[in-house]
Amino acid sequence: MGVRLIVNGHEHDLDVPPEMPLLWVLRDVLGLTGTKYGCGIAACGACTVHVDGRAERSCVLEVGSVAGKRVTTIEGLDPAGEHPVQRAWREMNVPQCGFCQTGQIMQAAALLAENPKPSDEDIVQALDGNICRCGCYERIHAAVRLAATGV
Amino acid sequence: MLSAILARNGHSRSLPLLANVSRRDLLRGTVSAGAFVLAARFLPPEAAQAATFYRVGGEDMPNGLVYDPHVFVAIEPDGTVVIVAHRSEMGQGARTSLPMVVADELEADWSRVRIVQAPGDEPRYGNQDTDGSRSMRHHIQSMRHIGASVRHMLEQAAAQRWQVPKSEVRAELHKVVHRPTGRSLDYGELAQDLKAMPAPSREEVQWKDPKDFRYIGTGKIAIYDLRDITVGKAIYAHDVRVPGMKFAVVARPPVVGARIRSYDASRALAVPGVERVVEIPGSDIGAKFAPLGGLAVVASNTWAALKGREALAIDWDRGPHAVYDSAEYEKRMRELARKPGKVVRDQGNIEEAFARAAKVFAAEYYVPHHAHVTMETPAAVADVRDGRAEIWASVQSPWGTRQDVAKLLGVSADDVTVHVTLLGGGFGRKSKCDYVLEAALVSREIGAPVQVLWTREDDIRHGFYHTVSLERLEAAIDSDGRVIGWRHRSVAPTILSTFDASAQHQFDIELGMGLVDNPFDIPNMRMENPPIEAHVRIGWFRSVSNIPRAFAIQSFVAELAHELGKDPKDFLLELIGPPRHIDPVAAGIQDKLWNYGESLDVYPIDTGRLAHVVRVAAEAIGWGRKLPPGHGLGIAVHRSFVTYVATAVEVAVDEKGRISIPVVHTAIDCGFCANPERVKSQIEGAAVQGLTLALYGNLTFANGEAQQSNYHDYPVARLSDAPKVVHTHIVPHPFEVPASGVGEPGVPPFAPALANAVFAATGKRIRDLPLAKHDLRRI
Repeated sequence: MGVRLIVNGHEHDLDVPPEMPLLWVLRDVLGLTGTKYGCGIAACGACTVHVDGRAERSCVLEVGSVAGKRVTTIEGLDPAGEHPVQRAWREMNVPQCGFCQTGQIMQAAALLAENPKPSDEDIVQALDGNICRCGCYERIHAAVRLAATGV
Repeated sequence: MLSAILARNGHSRSLPLLANVSRRDLLRGTVSAGAFVLAARFLPPEAAQAATFYRVGGEDMPNGLVYDPHVFVAIEPDGTVVIVAHRSEMGQGARTSLPMVVADELEADWSRVRIVQAPGDEPRYGNQDTDGSRSMRHHIQSMRHIGASVRHMLEQAAAQRWQVPKSEVRAELHKVVHRPTGRSLDYGELAQDLKAMPAPSREEVQWKDPKDFRYIGTGKIAIYDLRDITVGKAIYAHDVRVPGMKFAVVARPPVVGARIRSYDASRALAVPGVERVVEIPGSDIGAKFAPLGGLAVVASNTWAALKGREALAIDWDRGPHAVYDSAEYEKRMRELARKPGKVVRDQGNIEEAFARAAKVFAAEYYVPHHAHVTMETPAAVADVRDGRAEIWASVQSPWGTRQDVAKLLGVSADDVTVHVTLLGGGFGRKSKCDYVLEAALVSREIGAPVQVLWTREDDIRHGFYHTVSLERLEAAIDSDGRVIGWRHRSVAPTILSTFDASAQHQFDIELGMGLVDNPFDIPNMRMENPPIEAHVRIGWFRSVSNIPRAFAIQSFVAELAHELGKDPKDFLLELIGPPRHIDPVAAGIQDKLWNYGESLDVYPIDTGRLAHVVRVAAEAIGWGRKLPPGHGLGIAVHRSFVTYVATAVEVAVDEKGRISIPVVHTAIDCGFCANPERVKSQIEGAAVQGLTLALYGNLTFANGEAQQSNYHDYPVARLSDAPKVVHTHIVPHPFEVPASGVGEPGVPPFAPALANAVFAATGKRIRDLPLAKHDLRRI
């Protein structure tokens, strides 16, 4: 058994079972704890990462299925932590407890990569799978719009 | 010594305990060897009750309040001001807002402030139980005093350095200036001089004129952890990684109090990565925060532990609570609510009022159990070896946790350290440290550090739930359409049962949450509490009993208004009556009124303030304006945590009965407001949590087992459900109007405001939550 994984541009040869969800590889094997566990069934979005640029729920993604693909976590979204979405999140003071926010940011960043000028409805559709139990939704929506439009 | 208490901090500006660092790093102090650490012990003088301090309930909490600057502030030689946050951060902003108060009084430059999180140590820091919307309310004065004390000392040090009168110097934004000459010294340059200087007495310390506040009241300070959160570096209990740490999950009893008859762990132990299976002793209702028991599967990673748990074979003795069935229980609650119960408030002559009533209305309101579903499920890391325990956990009460761990392990609290991480949501769930106790037991057994992580299924099936409740209201109306009698019976299993399994009546804290403290201007009122037993562990849930009380009372008011042909907002104001303070004795409250631990002198029940927030919210939403078809407005008000909140909701219900919320206006009177930006965020969040309660929240039990397990069957509000915009209107007050609670009081009025709006839009009156189980298509 062994999986070659590319995370944030770094290659790792890992001795893990291929059916192990990517989430636990990131968190427990690689120590990348910015990707969060929230439900384990792809229902909350806290574990969102990018695989070849697309938003995926790492809690249900077998690590073997992403071997050789480019995995990006919140730690690798922008080396300086200055991705427009991250900056917008700070500008809007979005977080309360903050736990879900890395998943929200990864989801939003994937949306904007694919659709740089989303409508309000596009934003709702794209982020409806990401739960924020503190209820920061209004600010999340506003921050995505800010990142997209500068306003 | 501050250096001692900070000795386990890492380098990060975010939190003392960091993932992926060596033990050696963990032990390195945040405060450098050369830091100014205040050395002398400050004791408040006897005559310290200066007129500027008003008395808060924090003085009467365990370990009270601490006013000692030595405990909370240090200054590095480079001028960095280190401020201790002693309350837990769960999204409410306490970790930023309290140090911000210190920094403002200290004239510190916020960009040169570092915040460090205190471990659980109440004898040193004062009360740390982050619960009950108390952080700012209890601690704003002590934090101001601490900041002002250090400013005083810096000014004194500079005056001595220059050999000038102290009256000629003034601290200004991280330096002390000699006003006649313009000379200045940075705080870092003065740090050494403070070492031998005693802290000033309360009489010596001058608070700033509020017009000179730099941060307090401005709402311009972002939360301290904002950057770390957005780059994935913020550390929650889930994220703690200690060298040699194992990962564990626990198979818990399906029913509270169920016991293991036998088990077979051989298949679990065969899962690659699984190392041990450890039995945890069980407990029943009434055992406080004791673990439920079960089998812990210890592994080299979480996934292996989960696979191992799936492979366990356990034969359970299901115990006495396997009878618990939500539908049956609801029937019993309704029966109980239709018969007299223990009288907890008796004002005037209720029997006579109903006897002479021209009309009588009655209605029953049901709110089911709720699970907290904090985004971060309960989790803790424990390292128990050689009779000592070191804990890293997201807990609301780190000192309570420390004591409970010590008791469980049979060691002294001196041998237990509890480090507080960020909390990925709290809502009262993390006031109960059962998950920490599990981790401590497993670590002791395996002799290594271990993280116990709850899955979402564990969280929903094995929690300390919000009570289930039936509130029955009856109103006697005279021939002039006035309410002359009000009877309110409240049936709900009590939180007290978590501490004493025999408890069947609600206790003063629950009764004081909107039942006996009803402020209405009605001559004859009786409140009763019939008894009922608990079959699950009942716990605090953000806003607690205020949720069912506000839902019932504020819905009933709108129902009565409709029956009487009156405007709901006008009728609500009519019931609130003229501005006055409620006198609990005259009101016939049977036991001492629980006023959130505050005195009624400082925090009265003020109907003028209650009515004012109603007017503000109503005006803001344009009460009475013409609405599109399918739209409706609803309003509700509730005083809780000594704060007054009114919420007005506009709802739109489409032809399929689906609801959306174009706008919410919430007015909050929380006394003096230190951080309006975080108050606003709490009110926005309260609307969403209130929406979840109203629309979806429905935890049910059959055969003693929770019937829901994850977000697919226990849904919570999402972006598409959320109000499009929530406007927050903060009633302005000077500092002299005591700061009151903010974290919780926004929640209770939301559900009734929404239900009232749904009625206005559709003609459908919903008395049983959640709304999602009803057909909301227009009549």
